Amino acid sequence: MLTISRQLHDRIVAHARADHPDEACGVIAGPAGSDRPARFIAMMNAERSPTFYRFDSAEQYRVWREMDDNDEEPVVIYHSHTATEAYPSRTDISYASEPQAHYVLVSTRDDDHTEFRSFRIADGEVTEEPVTVLE
Amino acid sequence: MAIEVRIPTILRTYTDGAKQVEGTGSTLDELITDLEQRHGGLRDRLVDDGGLRRFVNVYLNDEDVRFLAGLQTQVKDGDTVTVLPAVAGGAR
Repeated sequence: MLTISRQLHDRIVAHARADHPDEACGVIAGPAGSDRPARFIAMMNAERSPTFYRFDSAEQYRVWREMDDNDEEPVVIYHSHTATEAYPSRTDISYASEPQAHYVLVSTRDDDHTEFRSFRIADGEVTEEPVTVLE
Repeated sequence: MAIEVRIPTILRTYTDGAKQVEGTGSTLDELITDLEQRHGGLRDRLVDDGGLRRFVNVYLNDEDVRFLAGLQTQVKDGDTVTVLPAVAGGAR
């Protein structure tokens, strides 16, 4: 189950819409072990592609060091699909490397509606989970 | 000569859960070979036929070693090597 504030949910959606048709990506950090998304961090998509995303390695280093220094961890790792459904692809699954994170997929394929779904990905297995948005 | 190596969550199965281990060597390649002695299987997660694996980021202090000398990057006592799996994916 992903529990996320309305404000953070909407920031993810806004980022995905702003970067469409390129895939948008980012992290929401939270206190280590809390499972609580708290701090929104939009990341640059170093691929700048409509079908692929990758965190810039230098930016990832800075963000991961900062989280470590703050005793935080990545609670949400999000990215958008711009022409396909909000479901983890084969590459999403093979590169998922933070087993404690909630992988949020957003789809901007439809102008009128943004799909927002969350998944756990560990050991190559995908499990969808419900999302609770706190108003 | 001790080099601190910071290990990401998914590779801690090779280090009995440790988030940091120590190693020796004068290049990154030698350091990884040294780590492999105590943490068997770790090398294969970092290196393939072409050198450092494409979707694994390795940093010497604050710099991505891809912009230094890759596996031949020189390392020394007091350095910190950080491993972070790349965060990536896509529509397919």
